[in-house]
Amino acid sequence: MSSDRIVGIDLGTTNSLVAFMEGDTPVVIPGDDGLNLVPSVVALDERDQIIVGNSARKYLIETPERAVYSIKRLMGRGIEDIQDELKLFPFRLAEDMQAGEVLRIKLGDKTFTPPEISAFILRQLKRNAERFFNAPVTKAVITVPAYFNDAQRQATKDAGRIAGLEVLRLVNEPTAASLAYGLDKKQNGIVAVYDLGGGTFDISILKLHDGIFEVISTNGDTHLGGDDIDNLLIRIALDDIKGDMGLDVSRSGEAVATIRKAVIEAKIALSAQASAKLDIEVPGGKRYQREVTREQFEQLIQPIIDRTVGPCKQALKDAKLKPEQIDEAVLVGGSTRIPKVRALVEDMFQRKPHTDLNPDEVVALGAAVQANILSGGSEATENMLLLDVTPLSLGIEVAGGVTDKIILRNSTIPASATQYYTTQVDGQANVAIHVLQGERELAKDCRSLARFDLRGVPPMPAGMPRIEVKFLIDANGILHVSAREQRSGKEAEIEVQPSYGLTDEQVESMILDSFDYAEEDFRQRQVIEARNEAETIMAALDKGKKSPAWEQLTSDERKRIAKLQKALNQVKAEDEYQAIRKAIDALNQGTMRLAELMMDSAVATALKGKTIDQADLGEGPQSGHPVAKADFK
Amino acid sequence: MSRAGHWAAQPGASVVNVLMANPESKSSLIMPGEATSTCWSCGTMRAVHFCSACGKVQPPVPVNYFTFFALPRKLNLDTALLEREFYELSRKLHPDLYARADQQEQEWSMEQSSLLNDAYRTLKDPIKRTEYLLRLEGVELEEQSKTATEKARATGEVKKQVVPPDLLEEVFELNMQLEELRMQKKMGEDDPALIEELRKQKLKFEEKYEALFEELKGYWNQWDKLVDSGDEEARGKVRDQMLDLLNRRNYIRNLVRDVNEALEN
Ligand SMILES: [Zn+2]
Repeated sequence: MSSDRIVGIDLGTTNSLVAFMEGDTPVVIPGDDGLNLVPSVVALDERDQIIVGNSARKYLIETPERAVYSIKRLMGRGIEDIQDELKLFPFRLAEDMQAGEVLRIKLGDKTFTPPEISAFILRQLKRNAERFFNAPVTKAVITVPAYFNDAQRQATKDAGRIAGLEVLRLVNEPTAASLAYGLDKKQNGIVAVYDLGGGTFDISILKLHDGIFEVISTNGDTHLGGDDIDNLLIRIALDDIKGDMGLDVSRSGEAVATIRKAVIEAKIALSAQASAKLDIEVPGGKRYQREVTREQFEQLIQPIIDRTVGPCKQALKDAKLKPEQIDEAVLVGGSTRIPKVRALVEDMFQRKPHTDLNPDEVVALGAAVQANILSGGSEATENMLLLDVTPLSLGIEVAGGVTDKIILRNSTIPASATQYYTTQVDGQANVAIHVLQGERELAKDCRSLARFDLRGVPPMPAGMPRIEVKFLIDANGILHVSAREQRSGKEAEIEVQPSYGLTDEQVESMILDSFDYAEEDFRQRQVIEARNEAETIMAALDKGKKSPAWEQLTSDERKRIAKLQKALNQVKAEDEYQAIRKAIDALNQGTMRLAELMMDSAVATALKGKTIDQADLGEGPQSGHPVAKADFK
Repeated sequence: MSRAGHWAAQPGASVVNVLMANPESKSSLIMPGEATSTCWSCGTMRAVHFCSACGKVQPPVPVNYFTFFALPRKLNLDTALLEREFYELSRKLHPDLYARADQQEQEWSMEQSSLLNDAYRTLKDPIKRTEYLLRLEGVELEEQSKTATEKARATGEVKKQVVPPDLLEEVFELNMQLEELRMQKKMGEDDPALIEELRKQKLKFEEKYEALFEELKGYWNQWDKLVDSGDEEARGKVRDQMLDLLNRRNYIRNLVRDVNEALEN
């Protein structure tokens, strides 16, 4: 059933992909440019329409103030924790940003929150899938870095909603990758997934047992990836240009974007070649040229890739495993193409890592596998079940600003904990709870998730109420809180102030706003519907050609119909609604007499006492009316 | 009913009707007077987690972790068997299997599988299992004691732990040395002999820590034998001994942590 079709989406820092299970195999759905990867770049064009992906890339250089990349780095974060990002990335914040507010990024003179910008990317992927299926797509599994915290996960879910997608599950990227690998290697053992992407690093250790994928431990860094390598190379080029040519171009968005493009190309080339040339035109017509050897490159990036060692060791320690107990190591993420990274993984886990699946696609493929499991499974996914963990400990602030951990990191999710609270003053009606996420002892060093205010505690002497508060982390890694006063049995009302999240009302209004920038969506839907209509009319026509009525037409009439049909067939493949519409109308007109003849013969047959072929009546091309819409199965 | 008999009676089945298997826990399983003793969907006598007749997930009822896995309240536990049961129940209760079900069933599945995960996490770990059982028996470890926490919360004090009497002398000695080390570090001095001595002390406490776990296993055996005996007094004695042991163990753990911190800083 098309309405139940669930796609798997990898919403990446650098590239995003959408995939689904075709029979027993997960496949990536290409965009209209035929490419599987949709660059996670969003731009606002001169007409204030949103452009996403490859076609948005040119704006990064031509009008950098109207384009944004690596938005994933800002998901679920506040202004005070992105100061480092602001130094390295050309994010343009709205001037009137307040601390504690959800970030707003400027594109041209408009502002958007990170979930809205991510939603534009998701919407593009949704469109690609709809074009592919020729049917609406409304449900998705979206992957997130395993080390994403609650706020980052919530922001991703919000992005899905804004894009018109029901997010059935958030799956951790390394875990998704293991599903894609596990599909054809049905074996038991311990697997380490090393996932170094554009902006995030994850390490997950899993135990595979008869189709159960049990994550034992996970660790990572949500601000470590290929982006950091690019930024390092950009800084070196900028320093060179300043030193050699006396030119400071670091403030020119266009120049930096040009350098960025060149260093990324060099970085990619160095995975295959021993050296690469940088040749960049700098403002003033001069050229900056430099040769980089792989050896130099590897020395430069060593400190960056070394940052993945600590999380790997911690994950092994948490899993109570030694490196030699790892049966398989799997590489995920574009940055694992770098030979030096591969060598590091091989060294760490003492075995050659698997690279059979494309590291750019494997996460999306795994998301498609999970989507298939959620839709009831198939022969390929039978018995497959994912048991994931929460990457960070959940705690609450207690006296003295100390974090009291109530759900420890690497607990299998869903997981819950119950805490009891009481009042400190007679008749106190509210109790405030501060929820934190992180491993540090002090509340101020942990990530503030939300402040919960329990209201409506029945009036009692201090210390008498016994308020039971249940914290539950769901299968998406997102926290739910409920509270009950036990002596009165009264449900306490909880008011949540998410530290860096959007309220439901904000998400709702963003869904509405998003349509202003989405003429494209409406257009796409029209094209899909027109195509369906074209299919139906042509199927009916093919049937009509076999009926006696066809023979009653003159040969000129038959030639004309054939010509119209050919025209519709040609135009159908294109993305032009008006053209398809016109061809349909022309064919409808041209087949009017055929329809009448068929109708006559059907009626005549009925009069002779024979049954009417329902299909001929119902589906035949009928004059003046558009053909009934196709009923897609 | 013995463990082996229990498992043998239900070959390969994770459908464990706790009402039948574990009569003594009946009262804690389903609240008297609640209309949830039968499957909400098909009306068969229900189990704790899902219906053995129609397979539907059931609304959670207050059960302890042992009951959830249909285990007696014993401390020796076959963790391989527990793992198998955990996987089997996960295949019945996990939210992934209810993605297409109505919202109510989705919620029950989420709550039931969180209960399953919490129970498994607690029971598979020998120390957590022991602490959990002691809590079920109505005692609290000092470190986690609610009253102690609440008191500390109210007064803003840091919780203090009572030094186990038999460790008093050694702990006093160690604390003196720790203080000396901290002082020296503040002054920028370095006394290799003192550091060496602290390392030795730490090692000694770590050995003690390990030995306590072996000692604990001895109490497990005593406890398990007494579970079915009805000898309240003997049970109470073993319970208190385990409590004392765990408190001492926690104390030593904190001590070792302090030494590590002092040595590293
Ligand atoms: Zn039933």
